[in-house]
Amino acid sequence: METIKLTIDNTPVETEKGTTIYQAAKKVGINIPALCYMNLEHLGIKNCPGACRICVVDVAGRRNLAPSCSTACMEGMVVKTNTPRVLNARKTVMELILSDHPKDCLICPANGQCELQALAATLGVREIHAVENAAVSTYRKDASPSLKRDMDKCIMCRRCETMCNDVQTVGALSAINRGFMAVVSPAFEQDLINSPCTFCGQCVAVCPTGALTEVDDTPKVIRALADPTKTVVVQTAPAVRAALGEEFGLKPGTRVTGKMAAALRRLGFDKVFDTDFAADLTIMEEGTELLTRLSKFLGGDKSVRLPIMTSCCPAWVNFFETYYPEMLDVPSTAKSPQQMFGAIAKTYFADKMKVNRKDLVVVSVMPCLAKKYECQRNEFKVDGNPDVDYAISTRELAHLIKMANIDFNSLPDEDFDQPLGESTGAAVIFGTTGGVIEAAVRTAYEIFTGKKLDKIDFTELRGLEGIRTASIDFNGTMINIGIAHQLGNARKLLDGIRSGMYNFHAIEIMACPGGCIGGAGQPYHHGHSEIISARHNAIYKEDEEKTIRKSHENPYIIKLYEEFLGKPMSEMSHHLLHTHYFDKHKV
Amino acid sequence: MNKIKSLDDLRKMKQNLSSDISIREKSNNPDKIVQIRVAMATCGIAAGAREVMNTMLEKIAKDSLPVVVTQGGCMGYCYAEPTVEVKVPGKDPVVFGHVDPKVALDIIDKYILKGELIDGILPVNYQSIQEKA
Amino acid sequence: MVQVKMHLLVCGGTGCRASESKRLVDELNAQLQANGLADEVKVVITGCFGFCEKGPIVKVIPDNTFYTKVKPEDAEEIVKEHVLKGRKVTRLLYEDPETKTHVSDSKHMEFYQKQVRIALRNCGFIDPENIEEYIVRDGYAALGKVLAMTPAEAIDIVKKSGLRGRGGAGFPTGLKWEIASKNKADQKYVVCNADEGDPGAFMDRSILEGDPNSIVEAMAICGYCIGATKGLIYIRAEYPLAIKRLQVAIGQAREFGLLGNNMLGSDFNFDIELRYGAGAFVCGEETALIHSMEGKRGEPTIKPPFPAEAGFLGKPSNVNNVETFANIPAIFLKGWEWFSSIGTEKSKGTKVFALAGKINNVGLIEVPMGTTLREVIFEIGGGIKGGKKFKAVQTGGPSGGCLTEAHLDTPIDYDNLIAAGSMMGSGGMIVMDEDDCMVSVAKFYLDFIVGESCGKCAPCRIGNKRMHETLEKICQGKGTMEDLDYLDNLSKVIKDTALCGLGQTSPNPVLSTMQYFRDEYLAHVIDKKCPAGRCKALKSYVINADKCMGCTLCAKNCPVSAITGDKKVPHVIDQAKCIKCGTCYEKCKFGAIEIR
Repeated sequence: METIKLTIDNTPVETEKGTTIYQAAKKVGINIPALCYMNLEHLGIKNCPGACRICVVDVAGRRNLAPSCSTACMEGMVVKTNTPRVLNARKTVMELILSDHPKDCLICPANGQCELQALAATLGVREIHAVENAAVSTYRKDASPSLKRDMDKCIMCRRCETMCNDVQTVGALSAINRGFMAVVSPAFEQDLINSPCTFCGQCVAVCPTGALTEVDDTPKVIRALADPTKTVVVQTAPAVRAALGEEFGLKPGTRVTGKMAAALRRLGFDKVFDTDFAADLTIMEEGTELLTRLSKFLGGDKSVRLPIMTSCCPAWVNFFETYYPEMLDVPSTAKSPQQMFGAIAKTYFADKMKVNRKDLVVVSVMPCLAKKYECQRNEFKVDGNPDVDYAISTRELAHLIKMANIDFNSLPDEDFDQPLGESTGAAVIFGTTGGVIEAAVRTAYEIFTGKKLDKIDFTELRGLEGIRTASIDFNGTMINIGIAHQLGNARKLLDGIRSGMYNFHAIEIMACPGGCIGGAGQPYHHGHSEIISARHNAIYKEDEEKTIRKSHENPYIIKLYEEFLGKPMSEMSHHLLHTHYFDKHKV
Repeated sequence: MNKIKSLDDLRKMKQNLSSDISIREKSNNPDKIVQIRVAMATCGIAAGAREVMNTMLEKIAKDSLPVVVTQGGCMGYCYAEPTVEVKVPGKDPVVFGHVDPKVALDIIDKYILKGELIDGILPVNYQSIQEKA
Repeated sequence: MVQVKMHLLVCGGTGCRASESKRLVDELNAQLQANGLADEVKVVITGCFGFCEKGPIVKVIPDNTFYTKVKPEDAEEIVKEHVLKGRKVTRLLYEDPETKTHVSDSKHMEFYQKQVRIALRNCGFIDPENIEEYIVRDGYAALGKVLAMTPAEAIDIVKKSGLRGRGGAGFPTGLKWEIASKNKADQKYVVCNADEGDPGAFMDRSILEGDPNSIVEAMAICGYCIGATKGLIYIRAEYPLAIKRLQVAIGQAREFGLLGNNMLGSDFNFDIELRYGAGAFVCGEETALIHSMEGKRGEPTIKPPFPAEAGFLGKPSNVNNVETFANIPAIFLKGWEWFSSIGTEKSKGTKVFALAGKINNVGLIEVPMGTTLREVIFEIGGGIKGGKKFKAVQTGGPSGGCLTEAHLDTPIDYDNLIAAGSMMGSGGMIVMDEDDCMVSVAKFYLDFIVGESCGKCAPCRIGNKRMHETLEKICQGKGTMEDLDYLDNLSKVIKDTALCGLGQTSPNPVLSTMQYFRDEYLAHVIDKKCPAGRCKALKSYVINADKCMGCTLCAKNCPVSAITGDKKVPHVIDQAKCIKCGTCYEKCKFGAIEIR
């Protein structure tokens, strides 16, 4: 690799050719402030439109200031990042941005999390030159079941656009209008609900301000908890335990399963259950569906459509319903773990507790914003009563804990309640890309071959690359598996299947970068993709430490089938645990 | 339409078409070429100026001569119509009187091309084309 | 056979067409027919003569008679008098504004005498919808010459000619071609930037309307040089006539085999397509232009990568502006030595300018680089309208600056204009006189920029808006000295930080007026006066009692009844009611109403 020598703030730097000034400066401990720039290196996601002009630096011999995020280092370059000229330009631009931004920080949902706020503090902006009758851009507010848009707070960093278009290829958001009125919006300024939005929420995950935020469902949860007529149970998704600690200052990757259970109990939930239990259940159903389809296919039945595709991810479901309506019969009909949990809670568990389903409130804690939309889908309601009442995000849970004056870090580790709290290592890995299919393989292998697995870890299915493929030897029958995370990679995979480039038996897809660990409901990563990577490792660590690591060995699942469902894919299972999909193609 | 298949074709085409536009080319640099002005007032036309002009134009076109023919109003020599003023670059302008088609061809052949003087030159009592303009 | 003895060239440019030049052509033809002259006299619709101030223009060939402001009704007189009897129609001749004499021959008009027409060589001379006329003018001969060279030899000629981009920035054209030629790719593109967006600029439109084939030929030459087989012309949809003539030119070139495969017997293939823009100023920026052609939002991206590396659809693309291309065939026909002998040391050749504003000869001119502003404004342009005093000239469009009397003798070239705080831009030149308020002028350009900013980068999106608001405040008489400092700082920061050329140059009108006309800013801010009397909020109409005869005319005409007074007694204007419409000022026969 060719290297380049330059000096930044009088410090000599040697760096690889192609490195930007911003990156090179970072190497020598110079953190140039930036706003629109975002580089999720571990995920190969980059937003670098050069739009905010905050990261400008002085390059000797150059007429104007250079955006360090997108200016490559050159041999002999002399860069200054903190001259009066640079500082004045940076501060002036910041003042301009703030002059067209609401000043209601104290009541903003992004308060304390806002990158603009933090930068204003760093740059020491103390006043904004008052221009009489200065225009401030205002836009209609828009709320969907999952996310809210308050574009008055948009600073045109274009991160959301990069996520929605380049990473997810959903195309719900793009810049419209010109000049001062330029803003990011769905086409024709429609509401999100009428756009192709899948509610993956990755726009929210990267929004530096309060322009894009989740719908806050915590008040509803607080009200339900306070209602003596209601039995309130909670389920927590696998990825939550790998990230919740970050909200309390713990190192990314710290697992807080026990503390989380303790906190939930202190919040007043009558039962603290685990979505992981439902994840094991999902494997039973989906794994059986896979084996049924596979056997038919291998037996020569041409009517069977392969590959089977996972259907746990609600944003992914929205995506194929919108963009691949002709493939509606390909994904597994198994509901997501959240919805399986709700369906079982409001039947099996409600019966056990002798509670009317209307008096049972099921709250789910999810790393995800699309789950808010999912639990409101009509097919997941019985007489208008939803199987899952409220889905709150990891961030919302942290907020609840803080509001309830609970010192999270000093909590003891506690266990989940039974019968819906027991889970296996297979369920835990649902939280990251490759995990669902690995869990399915662990179970399907043993059922298909009738043999015990020698080695439970299928490392060939793991990783953070966008698209991964592997072939697993099912005792002589090679099972081809495809894995994609991020919807843009899912699109590539599906198009590859359509064009005959791939030949898979099973595919796992998760909409968010890294899977659920990178979900839009998780603590903000603020552009630090190493956090995602740490959560990824935490998930596998949790799996490793579980005594039972295969879904079909979960004693409470076995019991559930014995007592209630019969067997996987039974009529009862079909009724409660499977669903169907709708054509949502938008013109 | 015949395609132009080579640079030669292009040159030939240019040659064939150039007469159409030559009048404009010539007028673009009138000082560098011979200018003929035929008096085309009522008196001139009555005396046959139109025929004279056409004769000259045909000859010029046929031989691709660097000569531009314009028409002017009455120059005051009504007794000698048709009159033709000829300005050869570097020489004083000369006016010929009583020009008929034959004389017109003589003016071109002898005066303009060979520089010989011919009969019919009227006495100078006018300004040149340049000054008048 | 009857010889064609006369051509009547009628301007068919957009400006003259707006003044019914099309009906004039029909009328001329009808009159020729009626007088039996149809075979002897040919009416030719040409491109722009540049003398738009006095259009429609009819030029009579061969005697170069230059008729101005010709109406369809004048056709009969032209045919019966001039064509038939050789008597020029004096009343239609151009009148020299200084000497008040009629100029019969365009060769003797000062407007044309100082001009050197390279890019405009065929405009107003040939029928733009007839490729044959272009071929007679040595059309496609340059392409023929180039095809006999290697691309490297041809690029070398462009480099040696010293031609620089005429779109504004002045990047050396040959170098640009060389970079594009060196980037290897399976497909490359030649892009012609015909997205002329400066207010008051119409150079490119006129070239496309008057000589579309020269652009087609130049693009083919460029294609050969850089190894591209595809050309794209990005043209704004508001230029329907230019679009039509380009379509005709491309169609005829294909018919003649001058576009397509194996051009002129070589193994070079080239074809051209049009791409329409919606008329956004920022799309003149080459990366924004390329995004727009790709169907994306027309906004610039950071260079590098330059289009020569990754342009249209990610392929190496060479983008040149219309006028730049128009120079190319001439360079190959007459040689780089000839071209580089014209102009100044670092700016070779000529530049086309669109003269507008308070100038007598509004129109399109082409002068050698190095011509002074004084020559352009006072000799070619005929001086200031109405004998008023020259105040400033704005060059370079909205991104340029205002230059003053002190700059009049500066030879115009890329570097001198930048040194003076303005720029060449695409060649708009707007002249201002003593009645123009320079603060308002700066506000006008900022208004344009605010409307045309794409909104991508913060300094341009918000900064220019704030500058505009501040200028508005000053024009309202509410400005403070801090506002001037604010403007100064914002201007410098925007120049320093904006993403693209549009933003980086947008403060120029403010900076240059603040530099050269600081007194006017101070008058607005401190004295609360607009010296030019332009800013409504800052002027008041007052009746001079010594001059007022009490005729009541002003009171009768005042739309808001702000003027009172008895007959034959001096009147008074109620300043609280006055809306400053200026009606009284215009109506008063005694000059009694004064603006303060």
